Amino acid sequence: MSDRTIAAIATPLGEGGISVIRISGEDAITVAQKCFFAFSGEKLSDLKGYQAAYGKITDNLGNTLDDAVALVFRAPKSYTGENTVEISCHGGTVVARQILRRVLECGATLATGGEFTKRAFLNGKLDLTKAESVMGLISARSDAAAKISRGAREGRISRDTQDILNKLLETAASLAAFADYPDEDIPNLTQENFAELLNECTCKCEKLISTYDTGRIIREGINCAIVGKPNVGKSTLMNLLCGSDRSIVTDIAGTTRDIVETTINIGDVILNLADTAGIHETDDTVEKFGVTRAKEKIDNAELLLAVFDNSVPLDNDDKELIRSISNKKCIVILNKTDLSPAFDKEDLGDFDIIEISAKSGIGYKELTKAINHICKTDMLSPDDTVLINERQRDCVCRALGAVHAASEALLCGMTLDAVGVCVDDAIASLLELTGKRVTNEVCDEIFKRFCVGK
Amino acid sequence: MIKEYLAEQYDIAVIGGGHAGIEAALAPARLGLQTVMFTINLDWVGNMPCNPSIGGTAKGHLVRELDALGGEMGKAADATTLQSRMLNRGKGPAVYSLRAQIDRRAYCSYMKSCIERQENLDVKQAEIVHIEKREDGLWHCITRLGADYPCKCVILATGTFLGGRVYIGEVNYESGPDGNFPATELSNSLKKLNIPLRRFKTGTPARVDRASIDFSKLEVQDGDNETVPFSFSTTEKPQNKVVCHIGYTNDETKKVILENLHRSPLYAGDIEGVGPRYCPSIEDKIVRFADKQRHQMFVEPCGENTEEMYLQGMSSSLPEEVQLKFYRTIKGLENVKVMRTAYAIEYDCIDPLALYATLEIKEQPGLYGAGQFNGSSGYEEAAAQGFVAGVNAAHKILGREPLVLSRASSYIGTLIDDLVTKGCSDPYRMMTSRSEYRLLLRQDNADERLMPTGYSIGLVSDYEYNRFLQRKLQKEQEIERINNTFFAPSNELNDLLESRGTAPLNTGCRLADLIKRPQLDYKCLAPFDKERPSLPDDVCEKVEVEIKYEGYISRQQAQVDEMLRLENKLLPKDFDYTTIKGLRLEAAEKLNKIKPENIGQASRISGVSPADVSVLLIYLSK
Repeated sequence: MSDRTIAAIATPLGEGGISVIRISGEDAITVAQKCFFAFSGEKLSDLKGYQAAYGKITDNLGNTLDDAVALVFRAPKSYTGENTVEISCHGGTVVARQILRRVLECGATLATGGEFTKRAFLNGKLDLTKAESVMGLISARSDAAAKISRGAREGRISRDTQDILNKLLETAASLAAFADYPDEDIPNLTQENFAELLNECTCKCEKLISTYDTGRIIREGINCAIVGKPNVGKSTLMNLLCGSDRSIVTDIAGTTRDIVETTINIGDVILNLADTAGIHETDDTVEKFGVTRAKEKIDNAELLLAVFDNSVPLDNDDKELIRSISNKKCIVILNKTDLSPAFDKEDLGDFDIIEISAKSGIGYKELTKAINHICKTDMLSPDDTVLINERQRDCVCRALGAVHAASEALLCGMTLDAVGVCVDDAIASLLELTGKRVTNEVCDEIFKRFCVGK
Repeated sequence: MIKEYLAEQYDIAVIGGGHAGIEAALAPARLGLQTVMFTINLDWVGNMPCNPSIGGTAKGHLVRELDALGGEMGKAADATTLQSRMLNRGKGPAVYSLRAQIDRRAYCSYMKSCIERQENLDVKQAEIVHIEKREDGLWHCITRLGADYPCKCVILATGTFLGGRVYIGEVNYESGPDGNFPATELSNSLKKLNIPLRRFKTGTPARVDRASIDFSKLEVQDGDNETVPFSFSTTEKPQNKVVCHIGYTNDETKKVILENLHRSPLYAGDIEGVGPRYCPSIEDKIVRFADKQRHQMFVEPCGENTEEMYLQGMSSSLPEEVQLKFYRTIKGLENVKVMRTAYAIEYDCIDPLALYATLEIKEQPGLYGAGQFNGSSGYEEAAAQGFVAGVNAAHKILGREPLVLSRASSYIGTLIDDLVTKGCSDPYRMMTSRSEYRLLLRQDNADERLMPTGYSIGLVSDYEYNRFLQRKLQKEQEIERINNTFFAPSNELNDLLESRGTAPLNTGCRLADLIKRPQLDYKCLAPFDKERPSLPDDVCEKVEVEIKYEGYISRQQAQVDEMLRLENKLLPKDFDYTTIKGLRLEAAEKLNKIKPENIGQASRISGVSPADVSVLLIYLSK
């Protein structure tokens, strides 16, 4: 494995305080000291593990590329389990790229995506589920997202799945005994017992799957659109949520004509927020485009913030909006509570209503709560199991499908060997989830999604 | 030291004339190789020293599979059947298992005659005391009388004869099964070859006099009305000639056994051998399942011309007087007379992890093992291995590809993979739960799974193979027809549907969809199926199973495909796994010892965790 020494930029590309170039492999230290020279005159090869040196990186002509700190890790005490040097240089794309190019000239080869973690894995530094959660941690965009990835790393998913697995294994064992000892008078599980066991498994699988959506909202955010007729204060609300003047706000109805988008954290939820043009009948060609796009947003968004104006009575545009949001996940906001009311709340029917003044910020807390509530993130306790990616969700879904098939076979009176086939299938899917059953796909899937450098 | 003399040279020598030895000798002889079989007692080839029966759950599958490959056991069983039953009817086609009571002496005679008449096969009564590979590159088998038989391959099928020792209470002595001489010296020469030997034990119940049993106090167990033969070549249905009986132990039995437990060699610590977990003695059952009120006992006749009756489920190694006492506590056996005393027997066998899937011993080219020698238990398990070892020895000499059956192909493949990959800590008994592909590995389709293999090896005749192709074609055409046949609703049809508790038809319905309903079957729809051709029973059965279970079969097929992907990832040969640091040391050592062929096999090694398997996968993909 340690035949090649690999290198890559380990920090995200772009502006930043520092960039790190990571070199890993048996010759990592030799490679690094061809281009890194400590101001103290020490050689990197003389440093112990976890020791750093301050010095300069030079090109092949001896010109300084940058001042940098080189941190030496000695095998097996490094992320990859190999000799590793991490060079921290000044941030910015150009400098980091120049240094990487120089390191490659000195004998390293460019790492492929996920190769560092793959090496860490092959050297026994982390297992597959941990590797998977490393991926989650890297891409975590909020505290809550980091929390659930850490939860996965601590094996919470295995613990919860084990419970379902035990029930299924119990079922499978009874089925096996039933078949293998035809003449013995061993007590068989009754059909009711089986049905009950399978039912419990169904509930547990469904619960687990439902956590995925919550997890996804925490991790990737939820696509959310602010909608309403013109001049109800959608852009003011947008700016309130962003904490900056993201949308242009005027008294003129129809100021927002195109969609304005941004991503923000509201409590544990990441909102991929879109401010839309006010929806109403218009002849203005440009505004028409805006209205069409706003309507598309209503269709595509996973969460709607529907805004109504407290200071004017309900009109046809409002009614139309109420119709179009009735089947969507939606929070109804009655804005401009600072003005004298002219709007009859009864007209909004069964919707729960959040009253705010976007201008003054009154009602902001209630709105935050409502968003977290509708996304179910407020129900999430730190100990909860949350499925963190599509692969895990797929495993549980397949398990659920197989449990359903088993119940169905049982119910319609198929022989128990058919039930057994389905139970075995469910067990296989769950074992795949926890990594106790390894398939080719799992390994490929986990490593292919790593960014270069990790 | 006796003087050796050079006897005939053979291609293959088989040591042992039990169920493994017979198949191991027949297969190469039929492939044209000069073969010799050594047996300690020529009167007892193919003996059944335990149950007078063949088949049972999963074991019945093994016999059908062996028959499809070209083995002899199924034919012999059909010819000597006393009573036949398909077990697990009602539990689904995946677990239907054929079991037959066999006339023990008749079976021995059939097999003796079969091997004696087999071309290229010599049968000799002789005890092999020594084997070694000499400078001429041949294995030399030396008999107790000094004859030296050089041969290219040797198959060890020594059963319970190898280092055999019988235990009955405080008494124990060197012995083979059923009062035969043991093979006392061969183990030493195997140890010299560094073959890892261990002690296993097994046991058998008493044989009692029919006239001393009060059958009125026992339940009758009849054979099936419609019997099915084991062999695909048997055209006549076996006849039921006897009935079996069922009785039960009681509190008194339990009391007698518990009071005398200290006199059992097992509990006194005299026996070091490990007994079969799934075939325990009655004293074992009473201790391990203390809560159980009673244990079942089956009374089975040993043959048509004998009064000996076998007491299945009642094996014991308690002293003779205690045996008599506890047998007589059982209702119906109050005055029972024992003709042969129950005993436990301990014997030498190999750690099967030392074998390749070809059943060749890893460090000993040309030396093969089969049957109880490989750590298994049961006649059927033995015969299946004997066949595989025999074919592989022959193929090695002929320079052909080895015969390795996959888990997805058969119970035989599963049996051998389990033995050589997972090893065994007690005598290995085949069970349907050992296979993860039960619905595909049915006893009804053993011919489809394996007959093409048997034919290509050359052990299935053109005649049988053509019959098979004909059955297969009939089946496929009938399934095709059923899928394209529609029934219109009619009063008669709806009466039938309602009488069977399933919904009547309002509109037309595919015949296949009706057959899929659990309440209906292929047969009951015959009166409405005007175009139905007349087909043999076995074809009808296959048609019905494949239609009814279509969805479940394809679900299982997907599992097989998944496994095959790992099975197709080959591991490098002669590779030192300790160089992969991500593997735990235990796993690396196991992998170095077992040398798996592929990732699939590696994943089944105990001590190799899923984490280790993922390391191997990633390592291979680099």
